[in-house]
Amino acid sequence: MNTATVTTPLARYVVRLADDNLILGQRLAEYISEAPELEEDLAIGNLSLDHIGVAMHLYEYAATLGDSSTTADKLSFLRTEREFTNVLLVEQPHAGFGDVIARQFFFSAYQTLLWEALASSADTILAGISAKALKESTYHLRHAASWVVRLGDGTDESHDRMQAAIDSLWRFTGELFESDDLCAEMVISGAGTDPAALQVPWDTKVAAVLREATLTRPTDPYQATGGRTGMHTEHLGYMLAEMQWMQRTYPDMEW
Amino acid sequence: MAKATTVAHVREILDAVTDPEIPVLTIAGLGILRAVELSDDGSVVVTITPTYSGCPAMSVIVEDIKSALHGAGLDRVEVRTVFTPAWTTDWMTDDAKQKIAAFGIAPPGAVGSIPATILCPQCASTETKTVSEFGSTACKALLVCSECLEPFDYFKAI
Repeated sequence: MNTATVTTPLARYVVRLADDNLILGQRLAEYISEAPELEEDLAIGNLSLDHIGVAMHLYEYAATLGDSSTTADKLSFLRTEREFTNVLLVEQPHAGFGDVIARQFFFSAYQTLLWEALASSADTILAGISAKALKESTYHLRHAASWVVRLGDGTDESHDRMQAAIDSLWRFTGELFESDDLCAEMVISGAGTDPAALQVPWDTKVAAVLREATLTRPTDPYQATGGRTGMHTEHLGYMLAEMQWMQRTYPDMEW
Repeated sequence: MAKATTVAHVREILDAVTDPEIPVLTIAGLGILRAVELSDDGSVVVTITPTYSGCPAMSVIVEDIKSALHGAGLDRVEVRTVFTPAWTTDWMTDDAKQKIAAFGIAPPGAVGSIPATILCPQCASTETKTVSEFGSTACKALLVCSECLEPFDYFKAI
């Protein structure tokens, strides 16, 4: 069967969390070999691996909640762009190292708060995956924040480029904190958390790092949205085409 | 016909199963071997937990556990993976820490951030500095010794 669907609210919620991680993991993997130094190539590879690992565990869990023909691989490789429900931030392409770091910084600051909340989820499997992911995200945030400070409070050139990356990705941060019916349902069941409640602590964390980095917190009120309902920026389609072509060309192939 | 065995015997066999990335580190010493149980039907149930969510060594470790036990004549083996409680380097045994230090990897300190001084595993100097928070595998950071100038891995405390 060449499709993959999940229908229960919990499964859709878990897939949403997984999609964020898979897409960011893939984006990071694209950057390996392009970092400014070898150590950062290793770091980016490790970050990518962590996100893909979390995605794998979440998809595997979601697959157990759906019909028996759904698998983690099918959820990853056989859904179309409109079926992915990741936030727009993680699918944004990067022109340079500053973009990679800004995207990771915003997202890891959000994920540390998200996993912390979900570690006490009423759903014990989701709680276990979250408690594990929290340790990794804490490390990711420390790494990204240290680069934001190093580049922001560095030379005039690095400062300007870091500021430009922060400014250009800022419009994708609001979506991280949008609640919808599914979130509300998950809050009621005790499995999920309300993302809106994470915004103030996120802003406090982010503002403190930007201040230390001598960078200006953007104030642009425009915020893009749509990822959670499958309305993506044009970049996701190209990414999926590359990520999925093998499985679509040779259905059910395994390494 | 499955051979009769004991939990202690199974653990002894599993002492030969090591992390494929760090061959001096057994899965028990690393702290990822969470439980060994014998079912009523005579099969062996081994429970492990991943170090990092995306650790690529996990599937190799599962195969290594199975082949070690099969090799000892235990045919029915099930390897389960659990996430809770989440693995921490605090579970690494002191013996394992000594072994990885002798292997050239600085062992993890107590959980938290990178401690103020990490001894160089080559010359024991305290004059070391972090090169990268991420090293050759997910579980390690890359440091360098200012005294002997050797780069070395540090097993991250998480």
